[in-house]
Amino acid sequence: MTTSSTGAEPLLAAPTETAGTRLDPWLGAYAERAHGMRASEIRALFAVASRPEVVSLAGGMPFLDGLPMDVIADVAKRVITQHGAMALQYGSGQGDPTLREQILDVMRLEGITAHPDDVVVTTGSQQALDLVTRIFINPGDVVIAEAPSYVGALGVFRAYQADVVHVPLDEHGLVPESFEAALIRLAAEGRRVKFLYTVPNYHNPAGVTLSAERRPRILEIAKRFGVLVIEDNPYGLLGFDSEPLPALRSMDDEGVIYLGSFSKTFAPGYRVGWAVAPHAVREKLVLASESAILCPSNASQVAISIYLSTCDWLGQIKAYREMYRERRDAMIGALAEHLPDASWTVPDGGFYTWVRLPEGLDSKAMLPRAVTARVAYVPGTAFYANGEGQDHLRLSFCYPTPERIREGVRRLAGVVAAESELVSIFGTTAGEVDSTIGSPSPDLA
Amino acid sequence: MTTEQDGAPALAPAAPRTASPEASPNPGLGSPRVVVLAGGLSHERDVSLRSGRRVAEELRGVGVEVAVHDLDADLLPLLDQVRPDLVWPLLHGSTGEDGSVRDLLELAGVRYVGTDPRGSRLAWDKPIAKTMVARAGIATPEFVALPHSLFREIGATRVMDALVRRLGLPLVVKPARGGSALGVSLVTRPEDLPRAMVGCFSYGDVALVERAVLGTEVAVSIVDAGDGPRVLPAVEIVTEGSYDYDARYNAGRTEYFAPARLDPAAAAAVARTALTVHEVLGLRHVSRTDLIVDDAGTPHFLEVNVAPGMTETSLLPQAIIAEGAELGTLYRAIVENALRN
Repeated sequence: MTTSSTGAEPLLAAPTETAGTRLDPWLGAYAERAHGMRASEIRALFAVASRPEVVSLAGGMPFLDGLPMDVIADVAKRVITQHGAMALQYGSGQGDPTLREQILDVMRLEGITAHPDDVVVTTGSQQALDLVTRIFINPGDVVIAEAPSYVGALGVFRAYQADVVHVPLDEHGLVPESFEAALIRLAAEGRRVKFLYTVPNYHNPAGVTLSAERRPRILEIAKRFGVLVIEDNPYGLLGFDSEPLPALRSMDDEGVIYLGSFSKTFAPGYRVGWAVAPHAVREKLVLASESAILCPSNASQVAISIYLSTCDWLGQIKAYREMYRERRDAMIGALAEHLPDASWTVPDGGFYTWVRLPEGLDSKAMLPRAVTARVAYVPGTAFYANGEGQDHLRLSFCYPTPERIREGVRRLAGVVAAESELVSIFGTTAGEVDSTIGSPSPDLA
Repeated sequence: MTTEQDGAPALAPAAPRTASPEASPNPGLGSPRVVVLAGGLSHERDVSLRSGRRVAEELRGVGVEVAVHDLDADLLPLLDQVRPDLVWPLLHGSTGEDGSVRDLLELAGVRYVGTDPRGSRLAWDKPIAKTMVARAGIATPEFVALPHSLFREIGATRVMDALVRRLGLPLVVKPARGGSALGVSLVTRPEDLPRAMVGCFSYGDVALVERAVLGTEVAVSIVDAGDGPRVLPAVEIVTEGSYDYDARYNAGRTEYFAPARLDPAAAAAVARTALTVHEVLGLRHVSRTDLIVDDAGTPHFLEVNVAPGMTETSLLPQAIIAEGAELGTLYRAIVENALRN
């Protein structure tokens, strides 16, 4: 028995003689789009992951201990002493003009040329993605996402009631033939595809990078079918051994909306990201942003701006690359040593490896056992809108030290062995396909 | 150094040690000083943190000094330094409910709310609890308790066939030790049994498999506020689907009736059963017994909890409110009783 949210029934359902209480008097009032918003037991298990006894290979948090805190403290002080009146006040809905100029310098490293007017500063690139989805997606519209795709993006698409269609990735990124085949199929079904959402560099969670050869092909296909491309690129400058490939936006400025972020190249705490969009889209994004937040934080923007102009931000990125490369090596080495029956991607940058479990195992069902063994990961099911992904899991090497990474993989190997034994005893995994996967919290995304 | 893990003011350190390390500095005079233990490393950590925060807020609201602390390496030094009057362990899951944290508190010479280690051990292990209450004449679904190694040694298919033949269907599969409905499945078809077993063994090494009894699901809480164990109004649970983790901790799928819609005879039987369970297992201060009442009005014992959930959706707080009592006032009475008994 559920309370209808339409018709003349009152919003507030008080317990009566015939009805009990559902502990939420507003149960009948929620919008359709909120129905999927439920914290799952998987999310609750991650409460354990924050304990130091647990080696968490789940978190997507950058490792910030190497940041020059004294220098950054000076920056923070200057925000107020030199720019206080402005930093503490409301600002432009589109974002601070100085910072927008500086963002162009950052993007130039990936081949992008743009005008500062094309840039919209947001509260993290997560918010930029939310705004893009808000202005384009009607309930039921199709979003094409990679298989797997970033859990934070799937959450946004779900919130706006988009229909997510996953298209395969391989070791060179999104497969153009599969992308095209999906568009053909959807057109034949009369379905409206609004955009492709892609993370082309050091993909979260898959670790792979869209090859140089495939980039223009993806753009050509998208253009032919009238489909926008949303290029989400938080990791592009975190390649370990090579310079970044040219961004999709650098090849097409009308058909691509580019999302950028300082979270991984500097730090997430200030919550500063941005979108670069063609002018008409950009106008709508600014209006949407203003209605969501009025304006992005001036204090945060000024801090980032001072950081960029006075600190060696490029040197910091290089330091990050070194550190993450060492951790990637520890992770890959440990996987080879402890989990020879699994397979995994070897990322050339970024934070993640995408591990395929031995046959028959279910990463979601296995998580409670992993927690008991004091190791955490994100089950592959979090990265699919359709409940797939049970045969994979994502391991992050960004946060733990190399020794902890090795220990974590060792523990994980024990879990996999125990689970394999169980599966071989019973001939099956646990659990059913669950398409209402809740998102992990921000520090795990 | 004192810790406050929930943003609230911490307890001030106690006066220097007196001659007797077990003497509470301030028994019953003025405001009690309580440390709530919440968190831990079990699968129910998240629930425990929420329970701990809720109880702490309610106690503060009635003038009790409370600090919330996790079960970690800082705990014993903290207890030594702060010398609280009382500890209220609200850890869910094994360490919190199997007697081990209570053993620890006894070693530390600290008074605490709730059942002692022995009673906790009996209650935490469902097969043992069921056996003991059955001996006291309480109905409980027929069951077996099987470790996963047995399935390997004897052959999973043979064991499962025997299960279905002997216990029939539907069956309930659950970890022999565990809470919050984690790893619990209702099996209606034999082909679903392997999956249920694997899901159960994700949470523990021993599976309790029992006949499913159909009827009204009720939770009966007992508190001792100074006058001995008192049975609170039973809470009836009606769920769309099973009363799983989602149904328990996300509002919406479950409808609660407090007091339960039972006829007077059944209500009396339910209260009597809960009290017997509480006494037979030697429980103390707080407990919650989960029962199914069949069509004939007979209560069947499923399990009992010595550290029941105290979150916004939990059953014990609902029972307190159904009685017309205030949460904070009752929690304080429990605290004060625990200080004396």
